[in-house]
Amino acid sequence: MSLLEMQKVSYQNEKKLILQEISLKVAAGDFISLVGPSGSGKSTILKLCCHLLSPTQGKILFKGKDIKQYNPLDLRRRIAYCAQTPYLFGETVEDNFSFPYLIRKQKIDLARVQTLLSRFNLDGKILKNRVQSLSGGEKQRIALIRTLLFKPEILLLDEVTSALDVANTELVEKEIYTLNQTGMTILWVTHSPEQSRKYANILLSLEQGKIKTREVLK
Amino acid sequence: MNPGTTISISSLLIASSLVAISLLFSYYQKLGLEKETIISVGRAIIQLVLVGYILEYIFGQKNPVFTTGLLMIMTFNAAYNATKRGQNIKRGLLISFVAIAAGTIITLSILLFSGAIHYEPFQIIPIGGMIISNAMVALGLCYRRLSTDFMDKREEVETKLALGADILPASIEILKDSIRTGMLPTIDSAKTLGIVALPGMMTGLILAGVSPIMAIRYQLMVTFMMLSTTAIASFTACFLAYRTFFNQRKQLI
Repeated sequence: MSLLEMQKVSYQNEKKLILQEISLKVAAGDFISLVGPSGSGKSTILKLCCHLLSPTQGKILFKGKDIKQYNPLDLRRRIAYCAQTPYLFGETVEDNFSFPYLIRKQKIDLARVQTLLSRFNLDGKILKNRVQSLSGGEKQRIALIRTLLFKPEILLLDEVTSALDVANTELVEKEIYTLNQTGMTILWVTHSPEQSRKYANILLSLEQGKIKTREVLK
Repeated sequence: MNPGTTISISSLLIASSLVAISLLFSYYQKLGLEKETIISVGRAIIQLVLVGYILEYIFGQKNPVFTTGLLMIMTFNAAYNATKRGQNIKRGLLISFVAIAAGTIITLSILLFSGAIHYEPFQIIPIGGMIISNAMVALGLCYRRLSTDFMDKREEVETKLALGADILPASIEILKDSIRTGMLPTIDSAKTLGIVALPGMMTGLILAGVSPIMAIRYQLMVTFMMLSTTAIASFTACFLAYRTFFNQRKQLI
């Protein structure tokens, strides 16, 4: 049984048809790269997987059960999504890390936060920095850490290295790969052909809302 | 009331010559406002005379059911108008009605309990009118802010939902800002009371011969009740309305 499965999923907003009959199986432990030109529907696939959107046709199964049958909050905590443009809220970096704990009625685990900060090459002192003072690359890594605080089962990444320099891009790629090695399933949207083949075991390319090719890499 | 302060019809007729000044200005300066001025004065006279007679009739009705019915009609009208400012809010009319009614009922109950007013139409209707219209303006502001924020801050709300937040924590900042927007005009006007201008109610009482100290007591009561009504109505409306921006699957519509 697949961990996540899309069955003939189509999605249409008020203006146009974005996805057409997408069928996709994601097995536990997969590392899937999604590539395709802008507007091909990559981000929409991720938003459908974490139930921020519902398909207009077809269905999505998580562990064999329609995701409509899950509590949406519980589902989004298990299938975490990190958006293309990192949106940081509140005033400081710490506010962003407190939020996932706050909504679970827990106290912030600073040790866990510090571990993740150092793994993503960020200084622990950054916690007190104001959100507006951060660079694009810092924002992107903070948004990623915020998604990873409570290890999700599936991680949906939308071009999360677009604002990073070469060294930090490699570091983030390795960290994500390490997470994959420890059992986390990854769906990674990327524009970079090199990145798409580096660690993934499956490469999907999208065009005009349809899956154009499916390549098994490993 | 001091009878010396009663305005006679002849005094009022002489005072109406003031309109002529406005007309002369318009004529010589070629402002083209003569027709508008005459129409507006005509309307003011007809409307106010009618309202005067209606109020005479209403205040003569001692039946509390009648007074309550009238309050409900006023609330409904206010709710209808406030809803126009938030047309993308589903069940806006019902939400506005509940919010304005909540603000009015709580505020009037406290005023009645304190003995500041009695359930008499000549007190309840004007005070109810003030409260209800104030709540209506506050709700209009709240709805506008809610609608624009849910469009402009879509990313923030979706980010929080994606982190597994429920719809309330995901939109609490928008809610706070909207409630604040609804309440600020009332708070601001309370701050400048007596400094920028003497409020209409107080001026009216003083003109009618009531001592300024007594007039102030009434004005303070009005200020308190405005603050409480806008707070209750804005809070109720925003907390009921924000849900309509989400569907049952907790997705932003």
